[in-house]
Amino acid sequence: MIRVTRKMEFSAAHFYHNPNFSAEENRRVFGKCNNPQGHGHNYVLEVTVAGEPDPETGMVLDLKELKDILEEEVMERMDHRHLNYEVPELAGQIPTCENIAAVIWRLLEPRITKGRLDRVRLYESPDLFADCTAEKAPDGDRPGDGELASQEARRRAWRDR
Amino acid sequence: MARPLKISLTRRYRFAASHRLYSPKFSDEENRRLYGKCSNPHGHGHNYVVEVTIAGPVDPSTGMIANLGDLDPFVGREVVEAFDYKYLNEEVAEFRGNLVPTTENVACEIFRRLRKFPNAQVERVRIEETSKNSFEVADEAVGNGAGPR
Repeated sequence: MIRVTRKMEFSAAHFYHNPNFSAEENRRVFGKCNNPQGHGHNYVLEVTVAGEPDPETGMVLDLKELKDILEEEVMERMDHRHLNYEVPELAGQIPTCENIAAVIWRLLEPRITKGRLDRVRLYESPDLFADCTAEKAPDGDRPGDGELASQEARRRAWRDR
Repeated sequence: MARPLKISLTRRYRFAASHRLYSPKFSDEENRRLYGKCSNPHGHGHNYVVEVTIAGPVDPSTGMIANLGDLDPFVGREVVEAFDYKYLNEEVAEFRGNLVPTTENVACEIFRRLRKFPNAQVERVRIEETSKNSFEVADEAVGNGAGPR
């Protein structure tokens, strides 16, 4: 199996605020990221696709196609946008590196038809990045509700450990 | 069909420290042969970069695996303050005895300290000793005797 990685940069604004928290709690949990005026980052996205090279072309997938998918799904949605207000997929979520990486995974996964999406790595800065990969679930792949249930089960298991 | 996702977060920290590779189990000659210029009795130093990876469920109320407001001071206290501008062989207790402060052992010691982080699982520690050498210790390596105690 070969892993192919394409890199892309976008710039966007965000801030962290949970409407269920008090103003004081928001400041305590999110610190300077809570500034309601927002702030921004130059995000660097690395998208890795895994698969076998096609014997005819020698390619897992055409990187030009991957570039076009990244332009459509990520650049057009997020570049020079305010992530709190302008990206519907992030509505109701705090636009952290973790959540943005997961949203990008869900946007890209159905678009990758040659090879399989292997990893989404999103750098918020050179010293901070989130990785999103597919969880190896003991009972195989599960759709939406199952995923939330297993996340909740793991969260409970972690807290009660 | 959507696959369940695994999210991790990696943060890079830095410290500068000196060390000397020398094992009291070997003769001076053997140490020189084994460790070469790294065995220079006066020591030498590096700008170490430590990559710390935490994994686990993302808390929906914060969007975070763990708050960097908790991770940064924890790593700062356990690693950066303990190692930065120190002579590892003398000033980090674990390396005063027979444990040679190779970056393998430094990585294991850092991993052992960081696994006590109470808010999330520290899954991996990767150290760059220089821009050309890096060493990685991950959860699955624990318990084989060579890994962290």
